[in-house]
Amino acid sequence: MSKVVVVTSGKGGVGKTTSSASLGAALAQAGQKVVVVDFDVGLRNLDLLMGAERRVVFDLVNVVQGDAKLAQALIRDKRIETLSLLPASQTRDKDALTEEGVGRVIDDLRESFDWVICDSPAGIEKGATLAMRYADLAVVVTNPEVSSVRDSDRIIGLLDSKTQRAESGERMEKQLLLTRYDPARAARGEMMSVEDVLEILAIPLLGIVSESPDILSASNVGCPVTLHNPGSPAAQAYSEAARRLLGDNVAVSIPREKQGFMSRLFGRKAVA
Amino acid sequence: MNAETFSLPKIRVRGRSIMALILCPEAPFSQWFAALDQQMHNSAGLFDNRPIVVDLGPALESVGPESVLVALDGLNARGLKLIGVEGVRQNALTGTPWAQLPTNLHGNVARKARSDVAAAAAPEAVEAQAPGAPSLLIDRPVRSGQSVIFEEGDVTIVGAVASGAEVIAGGSIHVYGALRGRAIAGLRTGGEARIFCRRLEAELVGVDHLYRTAEHWGPDLHGQAVQVRCDRGALRLSALG
Repeated sequence: MSKVVVVTSGKGGVGKTTSSASLGAALAQAGQKVVVVDFDVGLRNLDLLMGAERRVVFDLVNVVQGDAKLAQALIRDKRIETLSLLPASQTRDKDALTEEGVGRVIDDLRESFDWVICDSPAGIEKGATLAMRYADLAVVVTNPEVSSVRDSDRIIGLLDSKTQRAESGERMEKQLLLTRYDPARAARGEMMSVEDVLEILAIPLLGIVSESPDILSASNVGCPVTLHNPGSPAAQAYSEAARRLLGDNVAVSIPREKQGFMSRLFGRKAVA
Repeated sequence: MNAETFSLPKIRVRGRSIMALILCPEAPFSQWFAALDQQMHNSAGLFDNRPIVVDLGPALESVGPESVLVALDGLNARGLKLIGVEGVRQNALTGTPWAQLPTNLHGNVARKARSDVAAAAAPEAVEAQAPGAPSLLIDRPVRSGQSVIFEEGDVTIVGAVASGAEVIAGGSIHVYGALRGRAIAGLRTGGEARIFCRRLEAELVGVDHLYRTAEHWGPDLHGQAVQVRCDRGALRLSALG
């Protein structure tokens, strides 16, 4: 039974694309068949973060419009065999996507993959609503600061009203991925606490990823952090989040300053 | 009657109830409009595309007939969408640009008239509606950007009202969670309505035609369980229990 996941946030720059690539890679590393779909038509980035920018021939828009077959547009990752990428077009805009076309592509992808991860563009317009339209599960990426939290709240409202699941009266599952968390600043009270964010958004926590230079260096070489530096705290956070998506009961730990892994005993129950 | 009468199309008339906000200008106008400007500045969008009914009764009483034009011009200049006037006779508007505005839009009158019609047409339907005022229960948080508008009666929310969300009710509003957005109660019941919340972190609260933004209440009430109600013409916020 395949699952369609939308990675969304409302606000830009919070880490949607990084999280899509890293969660996708982590799920593939766990043996799942995964495709990551870039919905940011016109501003594509996912191909860069996955190191596939020189291999793009056809893209999502070509497939949606019927100019290319799905198999022609899919790019298989060179490092993990079960990971594929469906890139966005850089020369077109979001109006090139249609609801029916996207639905058809998602249905086709469901047949050959266990996980279809849709990397949503920022905003609440057509690109973002199409990315979430056919999702079974939403990963809401949020930074611990007020504007990101409010935008995420707005997106959760849209997930509960504009998705196919919501419209057919089913429950849309949503999980929070807190990114760019800075334990030092949180300890000094300069950042919203994990509790505050959870209290406002009122959805289960999928994981917490600390702000880390490991992510930047992984992006620069075009390799998801879970592959580039599997031992880094960021990679571990993404791998654990992926295990939670797979149904494993792994406690979420709040990253602490300096103390690193030893203090990861301060567990927090994952999904309620 | 001639043959032409029969070939004319049938006119279909449908009823619709809409929610209007009521503004009540008070003398001295310079101060009242300054307060309104500040209100509009602090809560941008509150009046956007909302129909507004102006209650001129108090102004007419304290200032006199010349207040009518001043008040209406002042509101019009701020881009508010006036759909009606109350508290003033139609002939007071004759010869002004406002002569077309209806002066008999009062909600209670309209409601009474409508239920009279309903009673005559279908008595059993009225009986079914009779027990208690209607209310709306929302069993999940109201998210930023969402708007809950229920003009028939009370609204109860089990969860929080997010920053950037709004709840507008004909009667009272009960929030079993944090109220971080806007809550406007009493569109139908007026000053009788109250707002209750588990935790006050609101951007704006309003009952009847009275409003308060967060900067008007001190840090003492912030984060507290609070009720908001009208008390002798002023909005009063007090901690619960």
